[in-house]
Amino acid sequence: MKKISANYYDSSKPMHPFWEEFHALIAYRELIFQFVARAIKTRYKRSLLGVVWTLLNPLLTMIVLTIVFSQLFKITIANFPVYVLSGQLVWIFFSNTTSSAMSEMLFSGELLKRIYVPKSIFAMAAVGTGLVNLLFSLIPLILIALLLGVKINFALLTWVLAIILISGFALGLGLLLSTATVYFADMLPVYNVVLTIWLYATPIIYPLEIVPQPWQGLFRFNPLYYYVELFRTPLLSGVVPGFDIWLPAIGFTLGMFILGALVFASKSSEYAYRM
Amino acid sequence: MESSSVIHLENVSVSYRIPGEQLSGLKEFAIRWLQRRLQYREFLALKGINLDIQTEEIFGVVGRNGAGKSTLLKVMARVLKPSSGRVVVIGKTAPLLEIGAGFHPELTGRENIYLNGALLGYSRHQIETNLAEIISFAGTEEFIDAPIRTYSTGMVARLGFSIATSVRPDILLVDEVLSVGDIAFQEKCLARMNDFREQGTTIVLVSHAVERVRSFCERAIWLDDGEIAASGKAGDVVHQYLLTSA
Repeated sequence: MKKISANYYDSSKPMHPFWEEFHALIAYRELIFQFVARAIKTRYKRSLLGVVWTLLNPLLTMIVLTIVFSQLFKITIANFPVYVLSGQLVWIFFSNTTSSAMSEMLFSGELLKRIYVPKSIFAMAAVGTGLVNLLFSLIPLILIALLLGVKINFALLTWVLAIILISGFALGLGLLLSTATVYFADMLPVYNVVLTIWLYATPIIYPLEIVPQPWQGLFRFNPLYYYVELFRTPLLSGVVPGFDIWLPAIGFTLGMFILGALVFASKSSEYAYRM
Repeated sequence: MESSSVIHLENVSVSYRIPGEQLSGLKEFAIRWLQRRLQYREFLALKGINLDIQTEEIFGVVGRNGAGKSTLLKVMARVLKPSSGRVVVIGKTAPLLEIGAGFHPELTGRENIYLNGALLGYSRHQIETNLAEIISFAGTEEFIDAPIRTYSTGMVARLGFSIATSVRPDILLVDEVLSVGDIAFQEKCLARMNDFREQGTTIVLVSHAVERVRSFCERAIWLDDGEIAASGKAGDVVHQYLLTSA
């Protein structure tokens, strides 16, 4: 008798699809690495300015917004360029990761009809790619902060935890959206509209202070508000945010991850039929 | 389940749910749903298939277009989960289903070997050990660092076959792939498959080319309209199939 191993497939085995997917992801870890490498390489391969372009976009937005708010609205905020740029980096990570989790899933339909791969690999690779790009863009952020005289201290180490939390949230939402996109082909444009609204509902490109006081309470319902705070406060103020920020952030991450993973796992065997 | 079976299908049915009309997206779905006009049609691609394939067997599947041959292979390859019934597959499985799927045009041949190898579930170590052999078998040494988009169709197919068969699998699932490439490469593919069978790989071959099934396989089934119309010695099954379809 052959021993029962990773090479044993039983379509009716009584394992929860979540654990099945988890095991498969471990077996296919090399593929996650290859997908991330592919995304990074193809992005930068055909243009020398590739790396510069990725960073140029948030930098230009930072410059424009700084001029707009300081000259037109006469609002003075200490280190506003760093405020805008740090918020944008979190936003770019979040929006790129979640939308590419769906589009990769959608565009891999032909592949999924032909060979078996654990389907959550696309969302995992999207998060991995987002993380690599985020790490790249931390370099100009820290340089600009130093140039503008921001005092950087050990509070910055909590970034590691903050990045883990937002990655978990993005992964959960990415899985949820990938499930939806298999059923509804127009999910991608719908989500792009949602993203535009979400961007304006989060204090990223505008100062928190311009929002009228009674309205500011609404930010409590926006998960991204907490992740942006977790990322911004240690850099701008040099302090670790309080539990009033950490606890909701952890709660949103756990909730979204569990929801996304369970919905995805329960539907994943249907994808090859639908695509 | 027989003790020497490596592929075991027990009352396996696959039903595709086809929408009455193609729904393009969320908006249309919402409209139809509100109007209670969502209609689906069931299409049974496989109907209660029972099958046991023994270890080291060379097994053929013949049948008309749309008889369910490819669906059967997909069920074995874990691509489709059966709608009902049970599938058990024991051993490392390599699917040769339309090779070349998963190549990225912008990446070089070498980069695509790593990517495609990972898609097939190989470890980095396995890919690196076999890299030289993969490139030389495909005969693409000169172009290996050029992007795949500059390759000819034949080169892509050769590289795909070469990667998919670089590690000897316990079970090889072959779907019509031998129709790609020139005669010389087809001979090479057949030679490699013969090597594998001598080393104990179980092979399932789906083909329109009944002559190939007759000469290569020991046992076969004839699949007709999602059901097994005949099974037994490859020669006999092919004979019956040809009688009715002639």
